[in-house]
Amino acid sequence: MTDLQIKTDMSQAAAPSMGALANKLEVRNLDFFYGDSKALKSINLGLAINTVTAFIGPSGCGKSTLLRILNRMYDLYPGQRATGEVLLDGQNLLDPKLDLNLLRARVGMVFQKPTPFPMTIYENIAFGIKLYENLSKSELDGRVENALRGAALWNEVKDKLNASGLSLSGGQQQRLCIARTVAIQPEVILFDEPCSALDPISTAKVEELIDELKEKYTIAIVTHNMQQAARVSEFTAFMYLGELIEFGQTTKLFTSPEKRQTQDYITGRFG
Amino acid sequence: MSEHTVASYDKELATLSQTILEMGGIAEKMLIDAMDALVSMNIERAKAVVLSDPRLDALQRQVEEVAIMTIARRQPMAVDLREIVAAIRISADLERVGDLAKNIAKRTQKLGEARIPRAAIGLKHMSDLALLQLKNVLDAYATRDIEKAHVVWERDAELDSLEDSVFRDLLTFMMEDPRNITFCTHLLFCSKNIERVGDHATNIAETTYYLVTGEQLPVERPKGVTSSVSTGK
Repeated sequence: MTDLQIKTDMSQAAAPSMGALANKLEVRNLDFFYGDSKALKSINLGLAINTVTAFIGPSGCGKSTLLRILNRMYDLYPGQRATGEVLLDGQNLLDPKLDLNLLRARVGMVFQKPTPFPMTIYENIAFGIKLYENLSKSELDGRVENALRGAALWNEVKDKLNASGLSLSGGQQQRLCIARTVAIQPEVILFDEPCSALDPISTAKVEELIDELKEKYTIAIVTHNMQQAARVSEFTAFMYLGELIEFGQTTKLFTSPEKRQTQDYITGRFG
Repeated sequence: MSEHTVASYDKELATLSQTILEMGGIAEKMLIDAMDALVSMNIERAKAVVLSDPRLDALQRQVEEVAIMTIARRQPMAVDLREIVAAIRISADLERVGDLAKNIAKRTQKLGEARIPRAAIGLKHMSDLALLQLKNVLDAYATRDIEKAHVVWERDAELDSLEDSVFRDLLTFMMEDPRNITFCTHLLFCSKNIERVGDHATNIAETTYYLVTGEQLPVERPKGVTSSVSTGK
C-alpha cells in the first residue's frame, strides 16, 4: 500500500466512506415541479444510516424542496409533484398509496422557526405520541421525559411541564420541537435551517444534540451556515439551480472540493 | 481564480502571499551573504547577515497575525483555508532558513583564520544547490506550479549526497592534522545547516503541492545513496 493510499484511508476513518455504509434513504432520478417549473433535476443520492448529511447551496437551489420531498410535505400543496423514486429502506415513499401519517412518523421534520403548539410543554410532546400509540399515563410520562432528555431540555423544563410551550425561549422552543419529533421515535429526522433563528449558545446546543441524535437516527440538515454544515455532518451535498453539483465526504468537500462551482460557493466567490 | 464577493478578503490573502515572497527574498540573500562571508572570511559581511535576521522574524509574525485574523473573521474554506495554512507553514520554514544562515554567519566570526580554504569549496557547492532549490520552490509557490514544486521535492536527495561527501572530506582533514579539528567542526555544522535549508525547501514544496491540489505528497521522499550510515542521520 502506498503512502498516499494510507493517507486516504486515514481520512476515511475520520469520516466513514460512502461505500461502506448502508443507505437508509435513497433518492433516484428525482425530478420535482412547482406547476410547470422544474425545481429539481434528476437528483441521485443516498443518506447513509446513522449519519448526518448536510445540504448547502444558494437560496432557491432546491435544497429545502428536496428535504420537503423526503416526508412528502409537498403533498399539502396543489400543483406540486415529484417523479422518480425515494426509497426508505427500499420502499418508494413517492407511492401515492402510501399512508402519509405513517410516513411522517418515520420521517420527522424540524423547521426553521420553532413551531410549538399553543399548549403545555408536556402536551406538546404527548400530543404526537397519543396520535400513534395508546399508552398508560405512567408510560406516557416516561416517554415525554425521555424525549425531553433526548433533546437536552429536561433539566430546564422538568419543574414547569404544565407551562405553555410558547413561554420558552427561542432556543428552548426549538429543542422542544426536536423533542416532539424524537418522541414518536422516527427513523429519519429532517432539519430545515434549525438554527437560523437561534443565538450562538442555542445553536451550539442544537448542534450538540444533532451529534447525539445521529447515534439513533439518520439525519438530513439544510443550512445556510457552511461552518455548521462542516461541523455537524459526515456528508455534504452542494446544490445549485435544482441540480446536485457535488456530493461527498464533508471533510473533502470543505477542504478540497472537486467542482469549481462548489469551491466558488463555499469560499464566497459566487456570482 | 475569480474574486471574492468581499474584496477586502482578496486583499488579505494577497498580503499573505506577498509577505511570504518578501521573506523568501530576505532568506535567500542571508544565505548568499553568509556563504560569501564564510568563503572570503569577511567578518563584516557576516555581521550584516546577523543583523538582517530580526526583519525576517518580524515578517513571520506579521504573516501569523494576518493569518489568524483572517481565519477569525472569514472562516475560510477550501482553497482559501489551504492558502492561509500554507502561508503559516512556509513563513515558519523561511524564518528557520534565516536562522540557519545566521548561524553560519556567527560561526564565520568565530573561525578566525581560514586554515584550509579548499575545505569551504564543498560547502559552497552545497549552498549553491540549496539556494537553487530555495529559488525554485519560491517560484513554484509564487506561480502555484506543482510540477516545479515536485522537482524540488525530488531533488533534495542530491543535497544529501553532497553533504555526505563534504562530511568525508572534513573528516579526512581532521585526521590529517588535529589542529584542523575546530575549524572543520564549525564547517561540519555549517554543512548541516545548509542541508537543513534543503529540507525546508522540500517542506515548502510539499506545502505548495498541498496548497494547489488539496492533497499531501507521500511521507517518504526519495533518499540519497548511503547517506544514513555515514552521517548518522
